[in-house]
Amino acid sequence: MADQNEPKGFFDKPENISKMLKVFYVICGLLVVADFIVHRHIYHDWEKIPAFYAIYGFVGCVVLVLIAKEMRKVLMRGEDYYDE
Amino acid sequence: MNSVLPFLPLMIGALAAVFLRGWLRSAIILAAPIVGAVNLMGLEHGVFWSIEFMGYALEPVRVDKLSMMFGYLFHLASFIAVLYALHVKDTVQHVAGLAYAASAVGAVFAGDLLTLFVFWELLALTSVFLIWARRTERAYSSGMRYLIIQVLSGVLLLAGLLIFAQVNDSLLFNQISLQHDGIAQIGAWLIFFAFGIKCAFPFMHTWLTDAYPEATPSGTVFLASFTTKVAVYAFARGFPGEEILVWIGVTMACFPIFFAVIENDLRRVLAYSLINQIGFMIVGIGIGTAIALNGAVAHAFNDVIFKGLLMMTMGAVLHMTGKINGSELGGLYKSMPKTTILCIVGAASISAFPLFSGFVSKSMIMAAAVAEGYDVVWLLLLFAAAGVFHHAGIKIPYFAFFAHDSGIRTTEPPKNMLLAMTLAAIACVVLGTFPAQTVYALLPWEHSYQPYDVTHVLTQLQLLFFSALAFVWLNLRNMYPPELPSTNLDTDWFYRRLAPNVLTRVGGAIYAAYATVERSIFASVKRLVHNSYDVESGEPKGYFGKLWPIETMVVWVAVLLTVYLVIYYIPGSW
Repeated sequence: MADQNEPKGFFDKPENISKMLKVFYVICGLLVVADFIVHRHIYHDWEKIPAFYAIYGFVGCVVLVLIAKEMRKVLMRGEDYYDE
Repeated sequence: MNSVLPFLPLMIGALAAVFLRGWLRSAIILAAPIVGAVNLMGLEHGVFWSIEFMGYALEPVRVDKLSMMFGYLFHLASFIAVLYALHVKDTVQHVAGLAYAASAVGAVFAGDLLTLFVFWELLALTSVFLIWARRTERAYSSGMRYLIIQVLSGVLLLAGLLIFAQVNDSLLFNQISLQHDGIAQIGAWLIFFAFGIKCAFPFMHTWLTDAYPEATPSGTVFLASFTTKVAVYAFARGFPGEEILVWIGVTMACFPIFFAVIENDLRRVLAYSLINQIGFMIVGIGIGTAIALNGAVAHAFNDVIFKGLLMMTMGAVLHMTGKINGSELGGLYKSMPKTTILCIVGAASISAFPLFSGFVSKSMIMAAAVAEGYDVVWLLLLFAAAGVFHHAGIKIPYFAFFAHDSGIRTTEPPKNMLLAMTLAAIACVVLGTFPAQTVYALLPWEHSYQPYDVTHVLTQLQLLFFSALAFVWLNLRNMYPPELPSTNLDTDWFYRRLAPNVLTRVGGAIYAAYATVERSIFASVKRLVHNSYDVESGEPKGYFGKLWPIETMVVWVAVLLTVYLVIYYIPGSW
C-alpha cells in the first residue's frame, strides 16, 4: 500500500500535468498550422478540407466515446453476470 | 537441402519440455525457436516430402514467400513468448505453448487442405491448455466454449475440403474463391466460414474476447500470436480479392472499438483491439491488389509483435498485482517504470505513430483503399485508426499506470519477462524505422512502397494528436466513461444466457406438463378405488367384489356356458 511519507510522483503534481498539457496544446496548434504551410498530397477530395485529419480525429473520437457511453445503458451488467 | 520438417524443432522442444526440468528445460525450449528459424533458412522454395494418400497428392510442406514470412514470424513470436514464460513453474504451459506454436508453423507450410486441417485442429487442442492452466472455474468453462467453437471450425473445414476434393479431384490448397457452381459453391463457403471463425469474424468473435482474457498471463501472449494469424494467412492464400472480405474487415475494424472503450478488464480491451487490427488485414486481403495484400501480411507481422508486447505488459501487471481491471489499477508507473515505458512503446506501435511498426503497415492498407476507390471503407478505417489510439494507445497505459493512484505498490516483473518485453519493443521500433530492411524485405508480392513522406507523417500525426485531444477534453469535462466493474453483453450472450434460459424454460414447461398429467392419472385411479370401496362396512361396493374368487369364477363359467348354448342354437334356427 501507499506509504504516507513517500515522495509524490511526477504525475501527482497538478502543476506538472498542466505544464504537459500546455506543451501538448502547442503541438496540436503547430500541426494545424503546418497543414497550411506544407503542401501535402491529395489522394481524395475530402483531404482538401483544411486540417481534415485533425477535425476527423477529434470528432471521431468524441462520437466514439459518446456512443460507447450510451451502449453501457443497454449492455452493462454486474461483474458476475455469467457466474450467477 | 539439409532441413527437416519446419514444425519439427518446435514440436521436439515441446516434447522435451515434458521430460526435462530446471535449467535444461529452459535451455531447450529457448533453443527450439532459434533452431527452427535456422532450419527455415535452409529451406528453398518448392514442395517437399510429397506423399499420396487415397489417390490424392498431399504436400505437407510447401515453401514460398508467403509461407516463409509467417514461418519466420511465428518463430520470432514463439521465442519472445517462451522467454516471457521462462519463470513459470508449470510444465503444461511450456509444453502447450511450444506445441501450439509448432501447429501454427505446420499450418502455414501446409500445401494441401488435409494437412492444413490436421494442424488446424492441433491449434485448438494445444492452445486450450493455456486457458485451462489458469486453473479457475471461469477459465475452465471459458476454455470449454473456446474448444467447442474451434473444433466446430475444424469440422466445417473438413466438410468443405471433402466437397472440394470430390469436385476438383485435388486437395491442394491454392486460391479457392467464392465463385463456383453447384455443390462446389457450398464447399467453398464452408471453408470460408471455417477460416472466418478462426479469424474472429463479427458474431463469431466471442470465443476470442471470452477466452483470451481468462488464460494465464503468459498463455495469452501465445494465444494472441498464432490462431488468428494462421487464419489471416489462410485467407491471403485462399480468398485474396474477395470483395465481401472488405466489408467484413471494415466491420471488424469498427465495432470492437466501442466495446473496448467501455470494457474494464484491460486484457479484454486488448482482445477487442486484436479483432480491430485483424479487420485492417482482412480489408487488405479483400482489396486484393499487390500493395493491399502486402499491407495485410505486413500488418499481421507487426501486429503479432506489438500486440504481444501489450499483452505482455498487461500480463506483467496481472502477474505482479493479481489485478487486471482498470477500475482497480492506476498509478503503477511509480513501482513499474520500465514496464510503463515498454507499454507505451507497444501503444505507440499499435496506434501507428511514425517510427513505430504499425505506421509502416497500416498505411499500406489505407493507401490501397483510396487507390481502389473504396471511399467509405477508407473513412471508416480512418475512424478505426483514431479509435484504436483511443482505447489501446491511451486507455491501456493510462488506466494501468497513471490515472488516479490505486495505492498498489509492487515491483518490476521477473527479469525474463522484462527481457522479452524489451526485445519486442526493440523489434517494434526497428520494424517501424527500417521497414525496407526488415518487414518489407519479406513481403510476398512485388510492389515497392515508401511510407515516410511529409503527407503521411503529417496527416497521421494530426489524426493521432487530435484523437488524444478528444481524450483530454472529455476527461477534463468529466465526460469520459469511468472504468466500472462490469460485464458487457456481446453476442456470446445468445449462447451463454439466452439459449440456456430458453432450454431451461422449455424443459421446465415439458416437465411441468408431464407432472400434471401424472398427478391427474394418480388422482383418477385413487378416486376409482375410493368409489368402489365402502369404508364403513369394510367391504367393496361392487357385487363381485363381495364374493370369493371361486364364487366369481362359477358365475362366469355359467355365463359362458349360457352364451355358448345360445350361439349353438342360433345357426340351427336358420
